[in-house]
Amino acid sequence: MLDCLTAHGVSIPSSCHAGICQTCLMQAISGNIPATAQPGLKNTLVAQNYFLACSFHPQEDVQIRLPMTGLGKLSATVAEIDFLNTQIVRLKLALNTKFNYKAGQFINLFKDNATSRAYSLASVPGIDDQLQFHIRKLPDGLVSHWVHHDLKVGDNVDISDASGDCFYVPDMPDQKLLLIATGTGLAPLYGIVRDALFQGHSGTIKLYHGSNSPDLVYLSEELKSLALQFDHFNYTPCISGKTVPQGFAAGRAQEVAFKENQDLSGWRVFLCGHPKMVSTGKKLAFLAGASTGNIYADPFVLVPRSASKTISA
Amino acid sequence: MSSLYEKIGGEGAVNAAVDIFYRKVLKDDRIKHFFDGVDMAKQAAKQKAFLTVAFGGPNKYSGEDMRKGHAHLVKNGLNDSHFDAVMEHLGATLKELNVPADLIGQAAAVAESTRNDVLGK
Ligand code: HEM
Repeated sequence: MLDCLTAHGVSIPSSCHAGICQTCLMQAISGNIPATAQPGLKNTLVAQNYFLACSFHPQEDVQIRLPMTGLGKLSATVAEIDFLNTQIVRLKLALNTKFNYKAGQFINLFKDNATSRAYSLASVPGIDDQLQFHIRKLPDGLVSHWVHHDLKVGDNVDISDASGDCFYVPDMPDQKLLLIATGTGLAPLYGIVRDALFQGHSGTIKLYHGSNSPDLVYLSEELKSLALQFDHFNYTPCISGKTVPQGFAAGRAQEVAFKENQDLSGWRVFLCGHPKMVSTGKKLAFLAGASTGNIYADPFVLVPRSASKTISA
Repeated sequence: MSSLYEKIGGEGAVNAAVDIFYRKVLKDDRIKHFFDGVDMAKQAAKQKAFLTVAFGGPNKYSGEDMRKGHAHLVKNGLNDSHFDAVMEHLGATLKELNVPADLIGQAAAVAESTRNDVLGK
């Protein structure tokens, strides 16, 4: 595939040409991809028909593209907006058409044609009829400001297709799961936890959610009752600020999580939220024994007003 | 006659070695800063590329590629002592995986042969 593209003047990024470095990663939109074209790819990439161009020898027609996010655009209706705390709203969108996604992936929400931001899906296909997002109001946030102040139930909005590799794949139901979120990084993990439970995951599931202060914690009651309902699900809200009320752990979410779980060999780890937490968390999880293929992450990068490709919290 | 790569165990050996090797590298204060700021998953794929080269496995990297691939690190001070550290971890990793000493020696020799290119000499 890679040679063919190159020979026809289509140049895509590549390096080792031997199925190792994963630079020539592409995605099939239609057609069959043999396992031999997916050497060493993470299960979430395989689930989305990704493959390595250098290792793919097509036997039949396929439609392919470079990994890209937010290609399609579709219209949705605002079904509900409510405040989860003083800074975060929960937005629920209803769609007329079938929408393919996994809990934990993200979409772009368009304020207008030129302005969009990425938000993670907190809803779960099979459980929730509507799409759900947790949106924090940012001082300079064009889109978050619009959602908080202007958007009303019944409004029509445009969203993109769902993309992203941070979601649950039910290939090892008894694996232990560690999930760490800061701020609205809880949105994808709230989706992933419920998705895993819904799909019958039987291994221990531990969720740590960090906030600066108690009034920024959200969905706490619901998660506590979920933990009562499922013995193997464990929820720890963490406060990094000075006042730590009863029922909360003191410290940053990842400090608490890595202190309480020092040997992560064989675990699957999910990290969502502040980019710094995510990058150090990945390293700490790996050094604690988790293998790189078992670490899933979604850093929330705040975007300057002009740009719109990265995720904003 | 089978190649060094096949004798060591091919792709399976690379997969078994990569986490062990990369964990050693990230814990080593002498060299871990070279690996900052690169996405872990991408970096792990590159470590696989490294091990495949060292095991004499199928790859299309040329000396020139090695030179270009590490030039930004040489600019940041990559030198013989860092190269030696990586060699140490390569040997220790293979030992941990019970690879016979003569094969470890051969892998080390392959890696050693890239020294001038990696260090841009
Ligand atoms: C012992 C001989 C070595 C060999 C055969 C080797 C081989 C490789 C290969 C094949 C890649 C992947 C290139 C690509 O596809 O992009 C790579 C990347 C890299 N190597 Fe080496 N390497 C060696 C020594 C070292 C040393 C001594 C260091 C630093 C202590 C180092 C640090 C790196 C880093 C940081 C990258 C990733 C570069 C980036 O993506 O920014 N390597 N190496």
